[in-house]
Amino acid sequence: MEFLIIILSGVLFATAIYNLLQKQLLRIIIGTILLSHGAHLIILTMGKLKTGQPPVLTEGISQYTDPLPQALILTSIVISFGITGLLLVLAYRTTEENNTDNMEQLRGKSNE
Amino acid sequence: MIYAVFAPLLFAILVPWISKHKDRIHTGIFVFFIPFIIFLYFIQFVGADFSPIRETYNWVPSLNMNFDFYLDGLSLLFVLLISGIGSLVVLYSVFYLEKSERLGHFYVFLLMFMAAMLGVVLSDNVFVLYAFWELTSISSFLLIGYWNFKERSRYGALKSMLITVFGGLSLLGGFVLLTVITGTTSIQGMIEQVDVILASKYLPLILTFILLGAFTKSAQFPFHIWLPDAMEAPTPVSAYLHSATMVKAGIFLVARFSPIFAGYEGFFISVSLVGIVTLCWGSYMAVRQTDLKGILAFSTISQLGMIMAMLGFGTEAAVFAAVFHILNHATFKGSLFMVAGIIDHETGTRDIRKLGGLITLMPMTATLAVFATFSMAGVPLPFLNGFYSKELFFDATIDLEGAAWLSQAIPYLAVLGSIFTFVYSMYFFFGVFTGPKQLEQLPKKPHEAPFGMLISPIILVLGVILIGIFPEMVNAPFLQHAAESVNKNVEYHKVYFWHGFNTPLMMSLTVVGAGIILFVTRRKWDKVYHVLPGKLSFNRVYNFIVEKMDTYSAAITNTYMTGSLRTYMVLILGATLIVTAGYMFLTDGFTINVGNLAEVTVLEVAVVITIIIGAIATLFMRNNIAAILVTGIVGYGVATLFVIYRAPDIALTQLVVETVSIALFLLCFYHLPNLQKREEAPKTKLTNFFISAGFGLLITLVGISAHSSDWFDSISSYFVENSYKLGGGDNIVNVILVDFRGLDTLFEIAVLGIAALAVVALIKMKKKKGAE
Repeated sequence: MEFLIIILSGVLFATAIYNLLQKQLLRIIIGTILLSHGAHLIILTMGKLKTGQPPVLTEGISQYTDPLPQALILTSIVISFGITGLLLVLAYRTTEENNTDNMEQLRGKSNE
Repeated sequence: MIYAVFAPLLFAILVPWISKHKDRIHTGIFVFFIPFIIFLYFIQFVGADFSPIRETYNWVPSLNMNFDFYLDGLSLLFVLLISGIGSLVVLYSVFYLEKSERLGHFYVFLLMFMAAMLGVVLSDNVFVLYAFWELTSISSFLLIGYWNFKERSRYGALKSMLITVFGGLSLLGGFVLLTVITGTTSIQGMIEQVDVILASKYLPLILTFILLGAFTKSAQFPFHIWLPDAMEAPTPVSAYLHSATMVKAGIFLVARFSPIFAGYEGFFISVSLVGIVTLCWGSYMAVRQTDLKGILAFSTISQLGMIMAMLGFGTEAAVFAAVFHILNHATFKGSLFMVAGIIDHETGTRDIRKLGGLITLMPMTATLAVFATFSMAGVPLPFLNGFYSKELFFDATIDLEGAAWLSQAIPYLAVLGSIFTFVYSMYFFFGVFTGPKQLEQLPKKPHEAPFGMLISPIILVLGVILIGIFPEMVNAPFLQHAAESVNKNVEYHKVYFWHGFNTPLMMSLTVVGAGIILFVTRRKWDKVYHVLPGKLSFNRVYNFIVEKMDTYSAAITNTYMTGSLRTYMVLILGATLIVTAGYMFLTDGFTINVGNLAEVTVLEVAVVITIIIGAIATLFMRNNIAAILVTGIVGYGVATLFVIYRAPDIALTQLVVETVSIALFLLCFYHLPNLQKREEAPKTKLTNFFISAGFGLLITLVGISAHSSDWFDSISSYFVENSYKLGGGDNIVNVILVDFRGLDTLFEIAVLGIAALAVVALIKMKKKKGAE
């Protein structure tokens, strides 16, 4: 099962990077989202997917799934959400200022 | 001794204040006393019973970098040259430089240089020597560029800086190697360990590095090109730096290190060969020059080559001749530069084609010039010191050992170079002072120089004559010690004017004879310069390198700094891909272990397939809104996976975040203008495909091998056991987030807050158009 998830995150990485290499701002942001999904899944898989109970202490159960990766992923989800939100607004403002969302045309100023 | 080295620097601090009053009294008059006092201090050491003196002042004792001053015969010779000619040059500059010049700058640079030069010749510690060495390069740069409003000055200063600093750096490399091999930073300590150095396999490298330093500084072939361009400096500077002192720093270095390298044949071959080639090339090129200082510059190059060659021979006779010629060259070349300066000052030009017949107008200057040029040419007259050193030089070339092809050729090359030396010396004198007067061509009406200006060259020419008449005066008490520090075996050597009909005399007579013939027929053969050097100029090489370095580095930078983010991404990802995959392949890092896996269920497979389809679909959606929605499917799919793997908290968060993200996306989409999909060129598509597919594959492989290598157990059992006991909560994930690892959460909140503030700032704070 773990290998399946790892392959899945490989596919997510591949599609994410393909998106990142596009010209459109929006696609680049989609790429970053896919990338963070892939990373989260990898973190989860590294904590072993052995079936156990959810990490909430309950009477009579001794086998739980690993809680540490879950805490890490939770932190990561929030951070990537913050970044995505910022990127989106940035994309919006960039497009508004420059009248284009084509990355090939957004090359900074010539004298820089 | 430390006071002697640092006195010029300390005084330099005062110079700006003194120069404020330059209208009343010339700044140079005050400066004059510094080198003069140093000269008086050091002259006390001259005497037949001199023995080396050592003094140490701590600087960085933990790195063995201390001001170890070591005064032996060689240092004493150089110190006296630096301070003595320094005094004369300062005196000369008092009359040469107008009060309207920036005198403060000039004397600060000059004193800096003087201190640096004293430091170079007195240091026993290689790193201190290097520090002073670079200070001479810097102060020389400042002095050459003194008239920085002139383009030629700036070019010359930059050129000399680049070449000498290149040499200086390789010198540092040589010093570091020497220090590592011998374990000491003291030059005398290295000389004691000469066997260790000669046995080292790095010997050729050390020699190359140190010689590069010496050759660039002393303007040896083919690094001589900076010296003619350094003639843009004020004449006192040329006289001081570029004839008597700085260019001899390389000579000093070779002399200082010859006790170490003399036993090595590579030293003989490289130093003698470069020296003798420099001698010939410099004298050959000097004949071609039309600028007085140009002639003197190439003449300096050629004379330095001669000294260098003698140091390369390393025999007793040669070393004594070298030391003798260092002194002689300083006297006659210093005075010649001053003479050139006087002519420039009084006529307004240094172009030898415009000058002529000045002997009646400037009799004093002409007298000085006749002694100095004839001494430079080595004319056999008993009152010219140049003749003695030339004679000793010829004597030294005859019986050389080692590298037969070179030893055989050297005497002939020496004569050849000396013939041209004779020609340009005569050309210098007769071209300026005899022949038709061309007064209408001169910017100024020439007349004799003020007496003050003549004092310094008169003293130097007196030196030429006195050494010429009484060579023994400087020989026993002074030069003997200098020669001994270069080669211990030098025995007391008397210099005579007449030593019988022998080979050196025949060589001298050949030089004079052939020189006169060549000088008289100069017009007929000077077309040869169109053939050689013709287009073969080392200046072209230098300019070519400097220019192409600029254009090529710009071109290389422009190939990858395109401004396109996509290119940068491709470069970064491609490099990461190659390095990581290559490393994995090379170290055989891939492992796979199927023993420890959870079982596969149909539900999971279905979800995974959905996600894969969604992810791939984002690439093909032509419609942006569809792309966004497909991304949403991936997000919800991942949330489902979290549910399946019993992670309720992240599943919840993922669902909420995904929903909000999609909403934001749609908002953004609503505001973005005409978001049609932009087609890529097929080639770009292919690169993108390979990079992304490769990366996905790499991640999969890394993930699999990471998962398959089980090194240690998870620390999570601690969290499970203590979640309630220590944290007081049942939900382990939440207890980790706020209790065990609460700091993460704090800063995650900070991240979110900053993002929110940034979003507000971006939206609210719009600059008005064109308000940049």
